[in-house]
Amino acid sequence: MATSSSSSGTNSASRNGLAGTTLRIDLSTGAIRRMPTDQDLYRRWHGGRGITSKILYDEVPRDADPLGPQNLLIMNAGIMTGCLIPAGAKVEFGGISPLTNGVGDSNMGGHLGPALKHAGYDMVIFEGIAPKPVFLYIDNDTVELRDASAYWGVGSLDSEKRFKHELGEDFEIATIGPAGEHGVAFSCITHDFGRQAGRTGQGAVMGSKKLKAIAVRGNRSIRVHDVDALKQQVVGIVKRTQTHPNMEPWQKYGTAFFIKWSNDNGVMPTYNFQTTHFEHVDGIDGDKLVEKCLITHKACFGCWMNCGKYTRAVVPGKAPVHLEGPEYETGSLCGSNLGMRDIHDVAYVNWMLDNAGMDSMSGGGVLAFAMECFQRGLITEAELEGHTLKWGSVDDAEHFIDMMVHRRGIGDWFAGGTRRAAERIGRGSEKFAMQVKGQEMSGYDGRWAPGMLLSYMTADIGAHHNRSWTITVDMAEGRERVEGRAKIVVYLQHIRPLFDTWCICRLFWGELDITPEEIVESLNHITGWGIDLREALRTSEMIWNLNRCHYLERNRGNGRSFDYPPARSWEDKIPSGPGQGKGLSLEQIEQMLDEYYDARGWDRKGNPSRALLEDLGLGEVADNLARLGLLGEPLPGGIPETRGEKYKPKAF
Amino acid sequence: MRIKVQRDRCTGCRLCLQICTVEHFREMNPKKSALRIEAKFPEPGRYRPFVCTQCGECEKVCPEKAISRAETGAFLVDRGKCNNCGDCIPACPVGVIFQHPDHGFVIICDFCMMCTELGSTGALKKWDRKPRGAEEA
Repeated sequence: MATSSSSSGTNSASRNGLAGTTLRIDLSTGAIRRMPTDQDLYRRWHGGRGITSKILYDEVPRDADPLGPQNLLIMNAGIMTGCLIPAGAKVEFGGISPLTNGVGDSNMGGHLGPALKHAGYDMVIFEGIAPKPVFLYIDNDTVELRDASAYWGVGSLDSEKRFKHELGEDFEIATIGPAGEHGVAFSCITHDFGRQAGRTGQGAVMGSKKLKAIAVRGNRSIRVHDVDALKQQVVGIVKRTQTHPNMEPWQKYGTAFFIKWSNDNGVMPTYNFQTTHFEHVDGIDGDKLVEKCLITHKACFGCWMNCGKYTRAVVPGKAPVHLEGPEYETGSLCGSNLGMRDIHDVAYVNWMLDNAGMDSMSGGGVLAFAMECFQRGLITEAELEGHTLKWGSVDDAEHFIDMMVHRRGIGDWFAGGTRRAAERIGRGSEKFAMQVKGQEMSGYDGRWAPGMLLSYMTADIGAHHNRSWTITVDMAEGRERVEGRAKIVVYLQHIRPLFDTWCICRLFWGELDITPEEIVESLNHITGWGIDLREALRTSEMIWNLNRCHYLERNRGNGRSFDYPPARSWEDKIPSGPGQGKGLSLEQIEQMLDEYYDARGWDRKGNPSRALLEDLGLGEVADNLARLGLLGEPLPGGIPETRGEKYKPKAF
Repeated sequence: MRIKVQRDRCTGCRLCLQICTVEHFREMNPKKSALRIEAKFPEPGRYRPFVCTQCGECEKVCPEKAISRAETGAFLVDRGKCNNCGDCIPACPVGVIFQHPDHGFVIICDFCMMCTELGSTGALKKWDRKPRGAEEA
């Protein structure tokens, strides 16, 4: 393999949880710079999505094309990654999203983040566009851009296999597939044969830079502030949680055991969110996955809960395939939402999207939208190159995925996501383009879960559930009333993204009752920062508001105008199943938005106020908004002293 | 005391590698641990843990007599005597002897058993039986 450029140098020493060195790579010139990791930047923004958000705000011009040379792709292994923390395994990818035109970030578990730190690096910032396909090769101090021409066009999973074969099994690899190479807006980055940084199209950003893969190996040590205290604490937590009642179902099924629960509770996205109950759910639930497809349980680095299910899908007439999943989100969005009745079919669609390098959540959402367009005669067999696009057809899905990957015909419209496709198709299709801010909805229908709908409406990256998940909150607090839900959503939008900031898994808080205070204690053992949860939540709120302002600056409008769900959310009642007849009114949606903005200290136009931004240390950001006429009006009673209301959602 | 491996229960989490290095070197670095996980992906899709079986081949080939057996059955490395020649590494039939990346000695499992305490799937378990070779004694 030819080497385009290389750098070998001495890295800074690891301490306080940081590996020590940050890489900055200009793909246009091949220049590789190594710098000591900025400890102050970590102290203020904590790492992960905090740091990616800050760098994107500071460096990417507001009119920069997400798929152009001025956008950045940032890979950040957080401060707790690789530090004996339960599933301290994540690595965050951030860049302006081609799907939302706002800050995009997405993370993946597996083993890449720890490997990056063990090679000596906390972060890699990519800028520019390589003149020809390259991959980044890191082996401890050796950092090289190498020719990836031979891999261009190869599937995500297929190329990971080839990279491992050529470089060595002990390299950890992140790849993109043909979708990312062709700028499909919901492309993902894949690692460990089934872990993805799926959302916000970071795979397309990577592809636009002609960066096919990142390969990392290292044998350096990570040092922490107080290793003895950390070890004592973590060993205690691990032993305590081994007998937690949620451990067994999570280990056995992962999130897939949620499929039936979701269906029974009337939130299951079915036939592109037309209804919330799938009559064939028994064929696609977690039991079937384990019974028919499971090969091995699979865990991220340092995780003893192994939610990953490595499987084999066999569909008549096609070669058997190996994949990880489908977990709940893919299982619903590529299952009931596409009318797939057999778990092998769901898994096969999952694999096709994985290997093409498409996010299987947005991928499921886009396919479902296209299928409903076909159902309603808005797209035709002639436009589908002679094929149909029927509910439950793997063959139809396969052909349409190929049209999107290669952007043939109307495949090109859908390659931009549901929102752009609906703009092209028109004729009322916007109503059922199930997205917010361009990002397709996660696998929960919000019509009978108002907090969930509000979470989609207000999430910084569009309709994704990880910022705030409220299904059990809605069930506990009343599924038909909206009052008081906004404050809980605000709290969840602060606490849940903290896990993405620290680059650790959130499930232990949600499912195994590890408290946030315990996790902050671990953070202090690692960093020596000596902070409390209150300060951490404030940091998270600062990140949230920075991303909001960044979105307004890029999209030049009042925030409220971006926060509405598609009209199906209030025009159509749920037609069948346990939720039959349930639904929200537009007035209720408006009321939730009012309450949400009040709870955040934003004005009713959805714009952050100066008092709030200054309180969070973002005075310069307020100045930038003011210059654009988008700064929120002062609030009559001043900003709330506490934003959000502490709430621990029940597991289920 | 030995370690019983139930290989199909391994999920590839490497928590065993992490706690091993924290226990022995007070730092995070799976490359300083005394066991290994083999991952075969994408096909057939499986993990296999490998741990010391107390076979004693390392002791036999060590030219410096730096490896000796403790009462527990573990083969311990005398870090003063070990000159990191590496002869024991290919002699180990399961491939669980490693050169320390920073120092001039090899790493061999001392059967501290921490790896068996943290996993929850039972892939590595305490095996309460006499050291290998002493079964008949």
